[in-house]
Amino acid sequence: MACTGLCDLLVQGGMDAGLAQFISLFFGVVLVATVPLLTVILLIWVERKIAARIQDRIGPNRVGPLGLLQTFADLMKLLIKEDITPAAADRLLYNAAPIVSFASVVLIWAVVPFTPYHYGVDLEIGALYFVAVASFGTLAIMTAGWASNNKYALLGAFRVVALLVSYEIPLVFALLVPVLLAGSMSLVDIGYAQAGMWFVFMAPLAMVLFFISSQAETGRAPFDLIEAESELVAGFNIEYSGMKFGMFFAAEFLHVFTNAVLLAVLFMGAWFFPLWQEPLIGFFWLGVKASLLYFISLWLRNTVPRLRIDQVMSFNWFFLVPVSILNLLVTALLVMVMKEIGWVPLDVAGNMALQLGTTLELLPMTVVLFASNVLIMLPIFNRLRRIGREQREAAEVRSRQRLALTPAGD
Amino acid sequence: MNVLNEWAFIGVLAVLAPIFPMLPIGAAYLFRPHKPNVLKSQTYECGVETVGDTWVQFRVQYYIYGLVFLVFDVEMVFLFPWAVAYHRLDLFAFGAGFLFIFLLADALIYAWRKGVMAWR
Repeated sequence: MACTGLCDLLVQGGMDAGLAQFISLFFGVVLVATVPLLTVILLIWVERKIAARIQDRIGPNRVGPLGLLQTFADLMKLLIKEDITPAAADRLLYNAAPIVSFASVVLIWAVVPFTPYHYGVDLEIGALYFVAVASFGTLAIMTAGWASNNKYALLGAFRVVALLVSYEIPLVFALLVPVLLAGSMSLVDIGYAQAGMWFVFMAPLAMVLFFISSQAETGRAPFDLIEAESELVAGFNIEYSGMKFGMFFAAEFLHVFTNAVLLAVLFMGAWFFPLWQEPLIGFFWLGVKASLLYFISLWLRNTVPRLRIDQVMSFNWFFLVPVSILNLLVTALLVMVMKEIGWVPLDVAGNMALQLGTTLELLPMTVVLFASNVLIMLPIFNRLRRIGREQREAAEVRSRQRLALTPAGD
Repeated sequence: MNVLNEWAFIGVLAVLAPIFPMLPIGAAYLFRPHKPNVLKSQTYECGVETVGDTWVQFRVQYYIYGLVFLVFDVEMVFLFPWAVAYHRLDLFAFGAGFLFIFLLADALIYAWRKGVMAWR
């Protein structure tokens, strides 16, 4: 077994090898899990500030400088709030749901590579692990809705299942594109494969698809119909109060940021940046990219109206799924063709190896893949625009007819 | 051995991860008031008394989606190894992958044309 870093230090200090390994493992786990916990405290403030600015408000500004301590005040409030468990609820599942919801997000952070040398663990199936663990969060929401024994909560839970079974398909098909390009499911390898060129230029469509589906999986606007305030009161978390509600709240915030970090790793070149490349600075670059993506997600959340469930479903099945399948096939075909032409960097065994190519060597391949993505999208966007225009015109005709029926000079 | 070590990390994290949300919930037990009464612990539902049982048989509108999802979910598990090995495969692999995806996409198209994919 590999015994480096802290473990090595402890063994040299005269500790039993097995124990030293366990302690270093434990320390690593705590370190990896603490990063998201500290992040979420700041995230709540960031999100509230940005939401306020978008809605032309000031946002929290009373507690501490710039309202920075607002989250701590909220935490205090949640701590001293009475926590009511409805008599009719399934107590075990009801209490387990917020814990599972938060834990599932923390589990994702195990495979996130902060820099090429700093990560929890470099699983060979990192990408698949992410998909598997992320579904736990949805499962927790479903459990919460069912265990609450409340009809609104149950409706929310039904919608969660409908969302999960739909949006996981484009999510994984989009995820397959960077996996295919990097030739590995390990997130560290996918990061390394973007040394010359970020995948956002090679597969912009896959990135957009991944972004939209991950937004749907976290249940955020415009896909927040699982907790639609106006119709389901609060959806799955209607019966939750006090700290248990707080855990759902924190888990959602953290999940959105986690998705932003994963997007940055999968498509935005993880720790790479053209300027100032040092191993530890990679952490900073990853943070910058993740924050940018997180901001776009907040922007979307605060400006787009909520969709109806039938719209959400048809958007997925008639748009995202076909496009993501087509995108995967076209990318695979073009990669194969360009490998035959010799536009793809190869390793000594003659296999495709993007991590060996420089930016200039990868440029023709990138241009072709980017153009193919644009070509896929152009006719589809045209069709969408035509459908939108037809619906708008039909509505205009209807409203004109209604006006004609109203007696004038009332 | 190295693979086991990797999964040991996940194992330790899986044990520790639930403890992080349990801590604040546990702390809340120390500070919060706890005075439940019959009215307070009723099911909420907008203040109106609950009518009937919630755990009933429900019309599952996403039944067809569930079926199609199952097909695609299994398919995707097979596509992951295909995508990982793709960098060292030849054109035949693309053909095989294309055929595999087509067989299932074609079921999706069939369901689409039949009109069963619309939300009702």
